[in-house]
Amino acid sequence: MNSSSVSDPPIVLAKNLSKRFGDFLAVDDINLSVPTGGCFGLLGPNGAGKTTTLRMFLGQSHQSSGSLHVLGQVMPEQTRSVRRKIGVVPQLDNLDVDFTVIENLKVYASFFALNFRDIESYIDELLVMVELEDKRNTRISELSGGMKRRLSIARALVNKPKLLVLDEPTTGLDPQVRHLIWSRLRELKNSGTTLLLTTHYMEEAERLCDDLVIMDKGKILKRGHPKQLISEYVESDVIEIHCSMEMANSLLKQVSDIRYELVDETVYCFTNEPLKIIKELETQAGLTWLHRPANLEDVFLSLTGRELHEAQ
Amino acid sequence: MDWCLPKVRMSMFAVWSRNFRVWRKLILPSTLFNFGEPFIYLLGLGLGLGSFIGEMDGVPYLTFLPSGLLASSVMNTATYEGLFSVYTRMVPQQTYEGMLATPLEVDDIVAGEMLWCATKGLMSSSAILVVGFLIGALQDWQAIFCLPFFFLIGLCFAGPAIVVSSLAPSYDYFNYYVTLLLTPMFIFCGVFYPVRTLPDFIEPFIQVLPLSHAIALVRPLASGQPLHNVLLHVCVLAAFAGIGFYLAVVLVRRRLIN
Repeated sequence: MNSSSVSDPPIVLAKNLSKRFGDFLAVDDINLSVPTGGCFGLLGPNGAGKTTTLRMFLGQSHQSSGSLHVLGQVMPEQTRSVRRKIGVVPQLDNLDVDFTVIENLKVYASFFALNFRDIESYIDELLVMVELEDKRNTRISELSGGMKRRLSIARALVNKPKLLVLDEPTTGLDPQVRHLIWSRLRELKNSGTTLLLTTHYMEEAERLCDDLVIMDKGKILKRGHPKQLISEYVESDVIEIHCSMEMANSLLKQVSDIRYELVDETVYCFTNEPLKIIKELETQAGLTWLHRPANLEDVFLSLTGRELHEAQ
Repeated sequence: MDWCLPKVRMSMFAVWSRNFRVWRKLILPSTLFNFGEPFIYLLGLGLGLGSFIGEMDGVPYLTFLPSGLLASSVMNTATYEGLFSVYTRMVPQQTYEGMLATPLEVDDIVAGEMLWCATKGLMSSSAILVVGFLIGALQDWQAIFCLPFFFLIGLCFAGPAIVVSSLAPSYDYFNYYVTLLLTPMFIFCGVFYPVRTLPDFIEPFIQVLPLSHAIALVRPLASGQPLHNVLLHVCVLAAFAGIGFYLAVVLVRRRLIN
């Protein structure tokens, strides 16, 4: 079970952290404390500053201003010592294409000055965990995208990290692989490894994260547990109706407590009392609509996707 | 830019041994290349040209030529490794990106790559040395004292090559370096004929180029002649290696740590 407690110091502590590239402010004065244990998410659209923030945590990018502590150590000064205790699953697989699966793990272990013989049985366990035990001697070029990502996860664990950093871990993977990866990540979390991930899959964040921040344009917009954010920012239910705003207005004029948003050809009705709306909609033959519980995506879009929204 | 002086640590050997592992997989074609090329060059050029030229600078041409090729081969091997292979690992393969998620830093990566470039240079010239002895072009056993100098020459050319890789937007940009510096050194620094046969005004330019100093060390040792100004030549090569290392670290940091 999770061995951390409330008294553990934060695994990442950023104060007034900024990163500037020329005139572009990629990370804009963020304050962030990531607790030890559990899974923490950095959410945001592309270009929000998630990857730059992660790179600073890893010492692969140095902040322009502000202070950063990772595992209690000062960054970027103590990069080497911090990286010894971190595992990284990069957004783009950078497995060593000159090697086979097992050689990748061996060579990576050597970068941590680990002796392969000491960790041989552990590496076998890792291969079993990511279901690649049959692919030990396969070259990287012969692996599918999902296999490569699983190998990247195994590789990130060779040094038994306290903190596992994952940048978009399931982007571009098919559903079977995503579910396998999610379940492995949950196991890791339960065994006490702190997970820190970036994603723009809200479903992934909802399933995995205990705590998350939503970033946009280099700033942190909101922080909280996924469920708490949903209840705080949107109504319990969403009904998507494929019609014009005028039509929705006339259809539902008797129903109170609705908030509408029009996105392209779809009217999103946010409500805590969906049954009343459904009753109205059921009278209309030929109308396409969908009823679902509100999710993190609704929170996310309402916070970051303003330019697409035409709220009434 | 991060101008901090690089640190030299044991972790550079992890980078070296990663490259060695890759090389080991291709040991057959590499060995064929290392031994086959000089065999053809020495036999074809040494015997063919040698029969016209006879002696050059008091040495049979069949000895003169390989004693120059020993130095230029380290230069070419270390340079091509520092250009194409390093660039491949830095940019398309993102190998260094992976390494920079481990305790390795740019300093270790560049130091390990330079050691590896020098090792490959050493291997290629050692093969020429063996071939030279086998076909009787080289006869003096003091030639084996060339070996440590091969390594130094490799380091001397590895640094500048990695500097070029760290600046290049694509492979095509290596042509500037190869055509403007590498090929002129190969042709003008005394591999094929003594430098003093060139017009006098050219000589000072030739003397600042590292290959001239490499040849000044290797040729006498390989052809059984006395060595002169060893310290000067070693210092010039070491200076290129040291400054090259420092600049390469600074520029690779700029490219990868941003």
